[in-house]
Amino acid sequence: MSDPVTGLKGAHFTGDISVTDAGLIGMISIRGDFNAPAFRNAVAAVTGHAVPETRAISGDATGGLAWMSPDELLYFCSYAEAPSKADALSDQLTGTHHMVAVISDARAVFRLSGAGVRDVLAKGAPVDLDPARMGAGEIRRTRLGQVAVAFWFAERDVVELVCFRSVAGFVMDWFEVTAHAGSEVGFHG
Amino acid sequence: MSTRLKSGGRLIDRSRKIGFTFNGKRLQGYEGDSLAAALLANDQVLMGRSFKYHRPRGVVASGVEEPNALMGIGKDHRFEPNQRATLQELYDGLVSESQNHWPTLDADIGAVNMLMSRFFPAGFYYKTFMAPRAAWKHLFEPVIRKAAGLGKAPEVADADRYEYFYAYTDVLVIGAGMAGLKAAREAAEAGARVLLIEQTAHIGGRLLTDPVEIDGQSSDAWLEAERAALAAMDNVTIRTRMMGAGVYDHGYITAYERVADHVAAPDAPRHRLWRIRADRVITATGAIERPLSFAGNDVPGVMLAAAVRDYVALWGVSPGDRTVIVTNNDDAYRTAIALKQAGLEVPVILDARPAAIGALPRQARELGIRVEVGKGIASVKGGKRVKAVEICAQAGEGSTLETVECDAVAMSGGWSPVVHLWSHCGGKLRWDDAMAHFAPDADRPPTGHDGQGFVIAAGSAMGHLNAAAAMEDAQAAGRRAAAEAGFTPSEGAAPSVNVEDEEPLEAVWMMPAGAGPKLRAKAFLDYQNDVKVADVHLAAQEGFESVEHTKRYTTLGMATDQGKLSNINGLAVLADSLGAPIPAVGTTTFRPPYVPISMGSIAGEARGAIFKPLRKTPMDAWHDANGAHWEPVSDWRRPYTFLRSGESVEQAVTREIKNTRTNVGLLDASTLGKILVKGPDAGKFLDLIYTNMMSTLKVGRCRYGLMCTENGFLFDDGVVVRTGEDEFLCHTTSGGSDGVHAWMEEWLQTEWWDMQVYTANVTEQFAQVAVVGPKARHVLEALGGTDVSKEALSFMGFIDGELGGIPARIHRISFSGELSYEIAVPASYGQAFWDALMKAGEPHGIMPYGTEALHVMRAEKGFIMIGDETDGTVTPHDLALSWAVSKKKEDFIGKRAMERADLTRDNRKQLVGLATEDPATVLPDGAHAVEGKNVYGDPHTIGHVTSTYFSPTLERSIAMALIEGGSQRMGQTLSFPVSADKTIKATVVDPVFFDKDGERQNV
Repeated sequence: MSDPVTGLKGAHFTGDISVTDAGLIGMISIRGDFNAPAFRNAVAAVTGHAVPETRAISGDATGGLAWMSPDELLYFCSYAEAPSKADALSDQLTGTHHMVAVISDARAVFRLSGAGVRDVLAKGAPVDLDPARMGAGEIRRTRLGQVAVAFWFAERDVVELVCFRSVAGFVMDWFEVTAHAGSEVGFHG
Repeated sequence: MSTRLKSGGRLIDRSRKIGFTFNGKRLQGYEGDSLAAALLANDQVLMGRSFKYHRPRGVVASGVEEPNALMGIGKDHRFEPNQRATLQELYDGLVSESQNHWPTLDADIGAVNMLMSRFFPAGFYYKTFMAPRAAWKHLFEPVIRKAAGLGKAPEVADADRYEYFYAYTDVLVIGAGMAGLKAAREAAEAGARVLLIEQTAHIGGRLLTDPVEIDGQSSDAWLEAERAALAAMDNVTIRTRMMGAGVYDHGYITAYERVADHVAAPDAPRHRLWRIRADRVITATGAIERPLSFAGNDVPGVMLAAAVRDYVALWGVSPGDRTVIVTNNDDAYRTAIALKQAGLEVPVILDARPAAIGALPRQARELGIRVEVGKGIASVKGGKRVKAVEICAQAGEGSTLETVECDAVAMSGGWSPVVHLWSHCGGKLRWDDAMAHFAPDADRPPTGHDGQGFVIAAGSAMGHLNAAAAMEDAQAAGRRAAAEAGFTPSEGAAPSVNVEDEEPLEAVWMMPAGAGPKLRAKAFLDYQNDVKVADVHLAAQEGFESVEHTKRYTTLGMATDQGKLSNINGLAVLADSLGAPIPAVGTTTFRPPYVPISMGSIAGEARGAIFKPLRKTPMDAWHDANGAHWEPVSDWRRPYTFLRSGESVEQAVTREIKNTRTNVGLLDASTLGKILVKGPDAGKFLDLIYTNMMSTLKVGRCRYGLMCTENGFLFDDGVVVRTGEDEFLCHTTSGGSDGVHAWMEEWLQTEWWDMQVYTANVTEQFAQVAVVGPKARHVLEALGGTDVSKEALSFMGFIDGELGGIPARIHRISFSGELSYEIAVPASYGQAFWDALMKAGEPHGIMPYGTEALHVMRAEKGFIMIGDETDGTVTPHDLALSWAVSKKKEDFIGKRAMERADLTRDNRKQLVGLATEDPATVLPDGAHAVEGKNVYGDPHTIGHVTSTYFSPTLERSIAMALIEGGSQRMGQTLSFPVSADKTIKATVVDPVFFDKDGERQNV
């Protein structure tokens, strides 16, 4: 069997910040009633994470659970185990109205690092990136320039960002312009 | 002459000489110079020509309000026209050129326009170039284009980068002069996040030129203390070279940061357009001095009084050895004093007021400067620079009392607060008669979402021209902004400011007051557009009473300086002509940006590769490496065909079709939309979304479906797959996936919120490949893993399995009429799967094909294409797709509309096939069929061609068209006039041209 490849094919760029293909990541979209104990229990049992609060993420792209909308979660796991995790979720949720869909291949995940990471994101995302307003544990679904993205802080100066697979190259090109060496802004401390 | 003084100039570093060129001439300046200052230091008083009359012009101001000294800066890939020399910081190797002259700045042919100026009155263009129409194209426009316009357009692409920056703050303070610094400090001390922006490279504003005493210390010491205090606070950001450009609803502000205009070849982006959200905005934008309107007030060497002392204090530059001051207020005496203290001559101060008794006039007199009250300038002598002024009585008609030789004139007509940013979003103004200016009306600010004002004007921008009052006002503004943003400001008195008291000014709108037509015709209001007092008078005479109409008729204030110097003077002249009070005449509208900003900054980073998102499939790189001739399909790029060496596009398409029909072809169909619909009500939901019945589809089967708008018009189609009892996968067109998904969600969220249905757009989860042709099954069998025989997988069925070790969902659907499998694999395996198919298919002659072959093959089969056969006015019935519109269902979107009279008319445009009489002739796309005459006696159009190709399979042309009553026209011959002398004849035929019984796909 052939090896799967990401949309970014391992691309990497270093300018004012480092931008790297985070590799194959398992992603499962889960929809259901957050208030239903059966849903909460099933999600916790399979993912090991409680249903996050609004705009919150528990863990990160190597293993985590993110709030996406009032009835949608995004679960991160290893690429290989995504199908079996999805099956397990479906089993646990049998009998309740839900949707579980593996979307590992539909997305590209970037890892951004560097002291200027907030400033670079602020060039394309209309988000208050003041560390006091947007810190670890929060996820933002927003846009970067002209395309939809979501991102969150995995560490102090490390961001994980997810976009649609088809525009992964566009997003990489976007970073190569906005994080071009010498473009620092120095706004976010 | 203008020259560099031996000492002084707080912004320049005399140890660092900088070389630059002006119109090819090599000159020297100092680091810290503005281009205007450096030119003056080199005695280059003449800096450009005016727009209409090509009059010689020199610099008037020292900042953003400059109307005359516009330059082309840089060269080649970094050339930009219309840059203000007053804002351009000097850098080593800077290249500048003056504008609007030919052949040279000194000898300009267009200056003849001024001699003809009485033939170019206000509204000249409107009055003159009315007729004949043909003259526009051949005479008027070429001549006007050559004569008009300011700078040259760049001829090559811009080498620089630009970008946006989104910033959020509690309080935004625009302007870092005394008021801005104080307001920022107050808001910051209260704990608010503060962003303080300053359009120049230096904080301090007018304090840099006009020092005062603050709390017993020098304003320089106070400035440094404030700067240090603000810099030490984590909640404060100070940015210089950043101008507040526009204020919009909901506390949205754009600011224009000139990141690298002061360096030759920057690493940094040149401009950055900030898009700021602020709870409160403080506009501490200062005030702008007004010119006086006297004859010859545009001769190079006539400058604003404050600008004259700016050049002395900031850059150590003297605009002239002998400077006459002309004023209606005390402030201009500061210029006289500064010049005198710099060792320069001030032959006379002409004060239009009957008396000058304030502290500043007294100081001037004590310095031995001659002061003449009740006097003004009748006329300035000189062409390319000031030679003398003729003095007259302000109250008279302009008889010369005395001629005074001089080489510069410093004028002051009072100060107007910079109210632009206050006004952008609806802040109202009040007329202050004593100060003769419009100032923000604090009771009528621009309001935010909560109905509260979100902009606070502070300091001189609020009309407080006295520094002590400005300080108090700024402190209050900072505290109020912080409090309104939810913070607790401190209390206590404002710093005390010790500044000379000034006596009231006297409004002077024309100098002398009784100036006749001859003087009025040389008294300029708008330097950049050459609008004179006489023009505004004429406009008023001709009935232009509204200030907005007068503006457009005379072009007053319509140049790139947006009337910063001319607006108030102009409307005062208009008010005078109309005999109306100034506030009754009102102002024109203040619109963003405050000062023109670069087109690059507006485009931001979106150029070149990232101009627009380009969506790529998992196999995109392979296609690119294998001859793909691309075409855009919504935001995707798809191979139109795969070119082999030596092949034309047409040959490649023909080859691909023939190979697919005889062997096997491969199509990247990954762009097709795929929407997962799941839940107990999924079937019920899809019955409403599609025109045909989906709830009866069996698990494991596929069905072609149509979607209509509520008006009954077809807008998307595709194959629906039932993957489970309560789960469907809906395929959409490539361009329709996002729209259809949003459409479904809208109905679910707004109308059918009680349905238990979830949807997900999983388009990009899968790479989808169509394996098409008589040998398709052999290829899949060679890959192995899943039984794809006719028995195991019948037409319109699907199975989940794997092929060549890759998980795959295999659909037996066909858009070509051939034996065809559409196979979805996880996108990460897309390329591997494609490679495996190419290898397995090699013995069978497999070839990839592109969208054009796809289109031709579907047209051969009479399959419609959304966007070709539909245009938003076409129903399924029009396309002979009534079989896909359920008659049994109680309801679906579009059902009711389809029953309306117009949608059931017999003679609606309906789909037909067309066979041209000459099989080799291909109808042009969109060609119209005509029949009889319409009411105007012209040929009556009965429809148009929607798809048209040469079919390599049938070796003849084929076409589809929408024709009035087409379903009743079988066998008729229609006429398609395609040019004056050519009409193509075609016969109406069945649109299914090939394999009508579908035997080829059913094997």
